[in-house]
Amino acid sequence: MNMRNIILFALVAALYIGTGFFMSWNLTLNILTLGLLSSIMALGVNMQWGYAGLFNTGIMGFTALGGLAVVLVTAPPVPEGWALGGWRIVGALVFGAAVIAAAVQLYKRMHRGFARNVSLIMLLVIGFFAYRAILDPAVDAVESYSPALAGNIGGLGLPALVSWPVGALLAAAAAWAIGKVSLGLRSDYLAIATLGIAEIVIAVLKNEDWLARGVKNMIGLPRPWPVPYEVNLQQSASFLDWASNWGFDPMLASSIVVKLLYVLVFTVVLLIVIWLAELALSSPWGRMMRAIRDNEVAAEAMGKNVTRRHLQVFVIGSAVVGFAGAMMTTMDGQLTPGTYQPLRYTFLIWVMVIVGGSGNNWGSVLGGLLIGWLWLIVESLGPGVISVITYGMPDGALKAHLLDSAQNMRLLTLGVILLLVLRFSPRGLIPEK
Amino acid sequence: MDILNALVTFLNFVFIPATAYGAQLALGALGATLVYGVLNFSNFAQGDTMAFGTMVTILGTWWLQSQGISFGPLPTALLAMPLGIFVTAVLLLLTDRMVYRFYRKKRANPTILVIVSLGVMFVLNGITRLVIGVEEQNFADGARFVITAGEFRKWTGLDEGLAIKTTQAVTVVTAVIVVAWLFWFLQKTRTGKSMRAFSDNEDLALLSGINPQHVVNVTWIIVAALATIAGVLYGLDKSFKPFTYFQLLLPIFSAAVVGGLGSPLGAIAGGFVVAYSEVMVTYAWKKVLGYLLPEAWAPDSLVQLLSTDYKFAVSFFILIIVLVFMPTGLFRGKSG
Repeated sequence: MNMRNIILFALVAALYIGTGFFMSWNLTLNILTLGLLSSIMALGVNMQWGYAGLFNTGIMGFTALGGLAVVLVTAPPVPEGWALGGWRIVGALVFGAAVIAAAVQLYKRMHRGFARNVSLIMLLVIGFFAYRAILDPAVDAVESYSPALAGNIGGLGLPALVSWPVGALLAAAAAWAIGKVSLGLRSDYLAIATLGIAEIVIAVLKNEDWLARGVKNMIGLPRPWPVPYEVNLQQSASFLDWASNWGFDPMLASSIVVKLLYVLVFTVVLLIVIWLAELALSSPWGRMMRAIRDNEVAAEAMGKNVTRRHLQVFVIGSAVVGFAGAMMTTMDGQLTPGTYQPLRYTFLIWVMVIVGGSGNNWGSVLGGLLIGWLWLIVESLGPGVISVITYGMPDGALKAHLLDSAQNMRLLTLGVILLLVLRFSPRGLIPEK
Repeated sequence: MDILNALVTFLNFVFIPATAYGAQLALGALGATLVYGVLNFSNFAQGDTMAFGTMVTILGTWWLQSQGISFGPLPTALLAMPLGIFVTAVLLLLTDRMVYRFYRKKRANPTILVIVSLGVMFVLNGITRLVIGVEEQNFADGARFVITAGEFRKWTGLDEGLAIKTTQAVTVVTAVIVVAWLFWFLQKTRTGKSMRAFSDNEDLALLSGINPQHVVNVTWIIVAALATIAGVLYGLDKSFKPFTYFQLLLPIFSAAVVGGLGSPLGAIAGGFVVAYSEVMVTYAWKKVLGYLLPEAWAPDSLVQLLSTDYKFAVSFFILIIVLVFMPTGLFRGKSG
C-alpha cells in the first residue's frame, strides 16, 4: 500500500461519510453493504480476468446460483412437497445426469462413424423423454400442494452461514461444466457461453416453481449469525437501556445496529478472501497464472497445461461470486428471480473491476466500493438532478419523459466511465504491481 | 385429408413463424459476423445497435404517421427505415472514430475490444432507454394479414387455417433482397472484394494497397444497415422493447458461431438453424400428431419438449453442441 492508494481509499471513505452527513446514515450503510458484496464479486471476477484473462459474462448466473443455495439450505422444509414427489424429482435429476454421463462414455468408447452418431442420438432422445416422464408428474404433484404458500420442496432448515459455502459449490459446479466445454477454444466463446448460462439459470429460477417457488418468490429466509432481527432488539430490555443511555431513537438504532453487524460480517469475509487471493497471487501458482496470461504459447512450451489452469481459476473465481451471491440473498431475506438483471449483476461488476484496476485485488475492492456508491447514489440523486435541470421547462410531455427516464441516465454514465477508463487509464485506479 | 391438415398446422405454427424469425436472426448474425471478420472481435453491442436503429425508425414512423403519410398495405416503418439506417451509420462511424480506432491502431488484444464493445453497449442502451423509454412499443400498421386463416379455410375446405402476416411476408422478402445485394456487393464490387481480402489476411491486404480505414468504414455502414433492418423487422413481427433486443444477443451469437464466425453464408444458415430449432422444440405438437396418428395413439399431453420460457436454452444447447463437435462451425469460419 503506497500513499496514492491510501488517498484513493480515503476519498472513497469520504464519499460514504459525506452521504451519511448530507443524506442519511441508513442510506450510507445500505450502500456500504452492497458495495462490500460487489467488492467480493469483483474479487472473483478479477481472479478470472486479472489473473488469467478469462472473459466471464455470466456473473449474474453465478450470483443467482448462490441465491438458490440459500433457499435450498436455509428455508424451512416442506415435508408434504417431499412426500408428494420430491424424491421422484431428485430421482429424475439423477437419471438425467446418468443419461448425459452414459452419452459421454458412449461417445468416447465407440469408433467414429454412422453407428456412433445414431446410437448417441437414440440414447439422448429416449433418455430425454424418459426423464420428462419421470419428472413431469412429480413436478405437478409438488406444485399442486398449497401453491399460495408453498408448492415447492423447501429447504433443509439449516443456519444461513452454512448456505454460503454451498452457494460457492453450486456456482463452482456450473462453472466447471461450462468451462469444460468452452475453455481451450477462442476466448470469445467463453464470453458467449457464459452469457447463455446466466440467462438459463435465471429462466430455471423463474419457471421451476417446485425448486424455489419461481416468480412467486421465496421470502422470510433466516438471517446469519450474529445478526439479530430489529423486532427482537426493540423488545430486548438491555438494548432499550443502551439506546436510551446514549439518547438514540430505539427504532433507528436497531436498524443501524443490524446494518453495522452486516457490514462487519461482510468485511470479515472480504478480508479473508483478499488475504487468500493475495497469498495465491504471490505463490508459484500465482506467478504461473500471470505467465500464462501474458504469454500462453511460452507457458505451454514450459509444460504448463493452459486449459486446465484456466478451468481451475474459472471455477475458483465463480465460486467466490457464488459465495457473495448467497450472502446477498441472505441479507435481502428473499430470493426474487425477477430482479436479476444482466446490467446490474454482470456488467456493473465488470465496470468495477476495470475501473478499480484489473489484476489488483485492492483495486477490485476500491472499484466495488466506488462504483457501488455511484450506482446507488445516482438512483437516489438522479431524479433530483433531473428535476433541477428541467425546473425552468414548461410542464408537458418532454418534461414528464425526462423525469421518468432519470434512472436510465446511469447506464449512459457508466458506459462513458468505462470507455474513458479503458482509453485513458487502462490499468485502472490501482494498477497491477 | 388428415395429412394435409397436419401439414397446414405445421406450416402455420412452425414453419412460417420460424422462417420469419430465422430471417431476422440471419440479418442480425450477418452484422455480428462481418464485424468479427473485418475487425476481429465479437461485438457485444450488436443487440443494442439493433435497438438503436429500430428506435430511430420508430420515431420516423411516428413523424410520418403524424403527417398522414402511410405506405398503403405495407408498414409505414419501411419508409422510415432509410432514416434509421442513416442515423445508425453515422453513430457507428462516430463510435469507430472516437472509440474503436484507437485500439485498432494499437493492435490491442481482441478481448480488450470485446470489453470496449461492452462500454459501447452501455452507452447505446442508455441512449435508447433515455429517448424512447423501457416500455414495449408496437409500431406495425398497414394490412395485418396477406392471407387470413378464415379465407384459407374457405378456399381449401380444410379444417385447419393458414395465416400469413404481412410482417412475415415483408420480413422474408426484405431479407432475400438484402442478402442478395450483400453477396453481390461482397463478390463483385471492388470494395466488397477488398473487405473479403482484409478479412482473410489483413497484412497481405495492406500490402496490396487496400485502405484499411475505408474498408472499416464501409463495414460499419453495412453493419448499421443490417442491424437496423433486422431490428425493424423483428420489431414489426413481434414488438419493440429495448431489453428483448439485448437478449437477442445470445441467439445471434449462437447463429454466427454455428455458421462459423466470420462466414456470411454461415451466419444465414446459422440463423435458420437456431430459429427452426427454437420454434420446433418449444412448439406443442399435440395437434399435428393428433392428425397424423391413429385415434387410439393420439397423445394426451401437449407434446412440448420445452416450455417457451426456455427458448434461450435451445440457442445455448446448439451453441454447446457446435463448440464440442465442430468449433469452427458449419462453414469453417475463422480459427476454432
